[in-house]
Amino acid sequence: MTSSRKSRDTSNNLHLEVDVLVIGGGPSGAWSALSAAENGAKVVLVDKGYLGTSGATAPSNTGTWCVAPGEDRAQIVERRWQRTGGLADPRWMLRCVDRAYENLLKLVEWGYPFPSEDDGKLYIANLRGPDYMAFMRRRVLFAGVTVLDHHPALELFSDGEAVTGAAGVDRQRDRDWRVDANAVVLATGGCAFHERILGATGLTGDGYLMAAEAGAILSGMEFTGKYTLAPHGSSLNKGLPFRWASFHREDGTPIINSDGEPLMNGIGEREKEIARAMIEAPVYAVLDQAEPALQDWLRQGQPNCFVPYDRMGIDPFKEMFRVTFKAEGTVRGTGGIRVAGSNCATDVPGLYVAGDAASRENMTGSTSGGGAVNSSWAIASGWWSGQGASHYAKRNVSRGAFRAVSRPLGEAGLRPAGSIKPGLTAKDVISSVQAEVLPLDKNYFRDGGRLEASREKLDGLWSDVRQHLSGEGPDRFRAREAAAIAAAGRWCLNAALARQESRGMHRRADFKTTDEAFTRAVLVSGVDDIRVEAAPAENRRERA
Amino acid sequence: MIEVISDTRCIECDICVKVCPANVFDKTTGVPVIARQDDCQTCFLCEIYCPADALYVAEFADGPVAITEAEVEKRQLFGSYSRALGWKRGKPDGTQFDPTHRIRVAQV
Repeated sequence: MTSSRKSRDTSNNLHLEVDVLVIGGGPSGAWSALSAAENGAKVVLVDKGYLGTSGATAPSNTGTWCVAPGEDRAQIVERRWQRTGGLADPRWMLRCVDRAYENLLKLVEWGYPFPSEDDGKLYIANLRGPDYMAFMRRRVLFAGVTVLDHHPALELFSDGEAVTGAAGVDRQRDRDWRVDANAVVLATGGCAFHERILGATGLTGDGYLMAAEAGAILSGMEFTGKYTLAPHGSSLNKGLPFRWASFHREDGTPIINSDGEPLMNGIGEREKEIARAMIEAPVYAVLDQAEPALQDWLRQGQPNCFVPYDRMGIDPFKEMFRVTFKAEGTVRGTGGIRVAGSNCATDVPGLYVAGDAASRENMTGSTSGGGAVNSSWAIASGWWSGQGASHYAKRNVSRGAFRAVSRPLGEAGLRPAGSIKPGLTAKDVISSVQAEVLPLDKNYFRDGGRLEASREKLDGLWSDVRQHLSGEGPDRFRAREAAAIAAAGRWCLNAALARQESRGMHRRADFKTTDEAFTRAVLVSGVDDIRVEAAPAENRRERA
Repeated sequence: MIEVISDTRCIECDICVKVCPANVFDKTTGVPVIARQDDCQTCFLCEIYCPADALYVAEFADGPVAITEAEVEKRQLFGSYSRALGWKRGKPDGTQFDPTHRIRVAQV
C-alpha cells in the first residue's frame, strides 16, 4: 500500500498521502481509524479539536446498547424495534449489537478499567466519557495512526468520480493542510446548531455539508425534535437525574400534569407537558424523588451532572433550580448522511460515514438513540467504516494517478459567489438559523405554516451565505461551520415539511397522527437547490 | 466557561493548550492565557487534564461570570471535578468504581 509521505511546500503547508483519512476524533472516528489500521491501511485522523476530548461522548457518561449473544438477543432487538416507529431495520440493529459487543470485549482485552458488579463480573454496558476517550486515543496512537489535533477539515477533494482526500487548516500553526487519500471516512458527528451543550458546541454538521457537496444523500433530517433538560444557563444536557425530579413554578407551586397529579420524571412520557409548561413560563425542578442511596450513586456515577449544582452552591435534591430544554439537533436526533452499504459506504464512491454523522434511522427510527444506542452505533459503524474504507483503498490504489485532476469541492462559506460582505458574520448567520430551528414552539411543537415561514427565512439567509460569507486565515473554519449549520437547518426544515404526519420526535400540530404511508425514510440532497424524495417503502416487520 | 488560570498553581506544561477541544488557550513564554473565552463549550475537561489543578470552569455556559481566583481557592473548587471522578494529576483513574450500573437498574 502507499506510504505516508510528508512534504512541505514553500508556504510551510502540510501535505500527506495515505490510504485512509478519517475526519473526526470522537468514538466513531477512533474505532474507524483502529479498524482501518488493523486492516493494514496507512491512516491519518484529523480532528477539529483533540482526539480524547472532542465530541459529545468525551465529557459525558454514556451507556451502551450491550446485548450479550444468546437466544434472547433476537427478542431484545425485536422489543427495541417496536419502539422505533417502524422505521428502523432489525437486521442493522442485530448486527450493530453483535459488533458493539465484540468491540466492548476488545476493550476488556486491552485492559480498559470497567467497573465490577457485586458478583465480580465486569460491567461493560457503560463507558465514562473522559476515561473512554483518553483510552481510545492511546490505542489509536499505538496502532500507528497519525493523529492531527486542531486540524478542522474545510472540504473534500474529488477526481470527478470518487472522493480523493480533504483539506483544512491547522489552527495552532496557522497553516493549511491537505491529505490525499484513497478513501475518506466522515466521523464528524451530528449538528447541534452551535447550542452550548456538553461536548456538542463543535458539532456543527461540517460532514453533512462536505458530503452533500460531493453528491451524498441525507436521510432522517426531520428527526431533530429531541430536547434534554439542563440547569438553566449550564451546558449540562444530561437527562438521567431528572428521572427523579418534580417540577414547579418559581414560587414553588407544583406544576400539575394532564391527570391532575404533580408533574414528575423529566425523561418519561410527561416530557411534552414539561415542554408546554416551559413555553408558558419558567420551570423549576428539584430532584426530590431520589432516595438517599440513589443520591449517592448519582453523585458518584454522574459527577459531571453535579458540577453545576456544586458550583452554584445548591443541593439539587432539596432546593429548586431553574431548568431549560436544550435542543440537540441531530446529535440525539436521528438524521445524517444516508448509509448506502453494509460497510457504511455513502452514495459517493470512496466516501464512508460513521457515528452521528450517519443517519441512525436504521437503528432508532423516529426516536432518539441518545446515549446507549448511538454509543453502540458509534463503535459498530466506526469499525465497519474503517474496514470498508481500507478495502476500498486497497482496490483503488491506482486512483492515485488521478490525483493531479482532483479538485476541491467546498463552496458555501469558503468560496462565495459574490463579494465578501463584512457585515455578514458567522455569528450572525448562526443566530439567524438558531432562531428558526431551536425554539420549543417552532421545533418541538411543529406546524406546517411555521415550518414554511422558517424555510423561507433560511432560503433568504442561504443566498446571502452563498454570495457573501467567507473567512480569513485559520478562522476560515468559522465561516464554514456557519455555512454547515445553515445548510443543516434547511435540510431539516425541508424534510420536516415533507413528512406530513407525526411520528416519534417529529410532532406536527397540523398532522397529529401517524400515517402508514410515511413508514419510509425522507431523503434530502443538494446544497443550493434541495431535492426531497421518499425512499421506497419496505416492510421492516417481516424481517424482524 | 473557563474563568481562571491560577498563576500560582500553573506549572506551564501547556497541556490545556493541547487538549482543549475548542482551542481556547494560547501558549505564552510563561502561563498560558485564555485567548478565546467565548469559544469555551464548558465541558470541564481542561480541569481534569490539568496536572496542577490550576484551572477553573464556571458552570454558566452562556457567558463569562465574575469569579476570582481567591474565591475559587476559598471554596476549594480547584480540582474538585477531578477529585469527584478520581482522576489524579491529570491522568484517568476512578472509572473502575463508577456505580452507574446501579442507577441504570433503579431507572427502570
